[in-house]
Amino acid sequence: MAFTAAVITFPGSNCDRDMAVAIERVTGAAPVRLWHGDADLPSGLDFIALPGGFSYGDYLRSGAMAARSPIMRAVAQQAERGVAVLGVCNGFQVLTESGLLPGVLMRNANQRFVCRTVPLTVVNTTSPFTSGFAPGERVRIPIAHHDGNYFADEATLDALEGEDRVAFRYTEPCNGSQRDIAGVLSANGRILGMMPHPERAIEHAAHPAMGGSDGRRVFENVIESLVAA
Amino acid sequence: MKVRILVRLKPGVLDPQGRAVHHSLDGLGFEGVEDVRIGRLIEMDVADNTSDEALNAMCEKLLANTVIEDFSIEKLAAQSEPV
Repeated sequence: MAFTAAVITFPGSNCDRDMAVAIERVTGAAPVRLWHGDADLPSGLDFIALPGGFSYGDYLRSGAMAARSPIMRAVAQQAERGVAVLGVCNGFQVLTESGLLPGVLMRNANQRFVCRTVPLTVVNTTSPFTSGFAPGERVRIPIAHHDGNYFADEATLDALEGEDRVAFRYTEPCNGSQRDIAGVLSANGRILGMMPHPERAIEHAAHPAMGGSDGRRVFENVIESLVAA
Repeated sequence: MKVRILVRLKPGVLDPQGRAVHHSLDGLGFEGVEDVRIGRLIEMDVADNTSDEALNAMCEKLLANTVIEDFSIEKLAAQSEPV
């Protein structure tokens, strides 16, 4: 049951280490670390993670430059073959900018950077990332972003809901997102983009304000679904 | 040739930045400001034979995010040779 994961680092990524640690803690194996300029991904990958941060200093638009970097062409090809791809925060922005997920993440409606642990409601429970959750389950995962205000036109939002492609909603509005969408899946369910940081919630720490472990389940779900498949 | 590309939020897309600036203008005592929307101006020097199709493609593929933004392209006079 070898499980091979990769974490991609762009110039300005800052959650890549946390992502790698989370994957290693949950899978027992360190992920391959890749750089944005790499044009190829190793063969046989099961899972690719795009971490949070401020790739290319958020030049032009958050995620815009990273979405056009050489490695994203390879990620798109792998995603087409069904490799699971998780984009967190800036990684989500990169996925929308590259067209792998619909919509766009705009500046938070109140203009403020939001940094706190928020309650989420799990909506989809059939994707590799969410299969271990119960429909409507409440989880708590930290957010930390300035551009997390999910926007798409009404037709796209209706389609996302109709096709069960909303993975998570904010239980309470926190950044102005349309229909409180916190995470979105691709049509085949193999790509998940989410603003909350599951890699920051993988173990119970001494202080209750620290993270929690709900994020760990996102990684556990991926392993379980992919290894079972 | 010099090209000036104006990227603007589509009508109806909420512009929190514009709204905050509007609020600040009110705070400074400027009256009569009814709306503020913020866009982006991109100036490029391109080869004189650059086609309109190429300029459009640049906007659609990178310079604007057409989910939320419109763009307009203004071609300025070709650079004159120094006399």
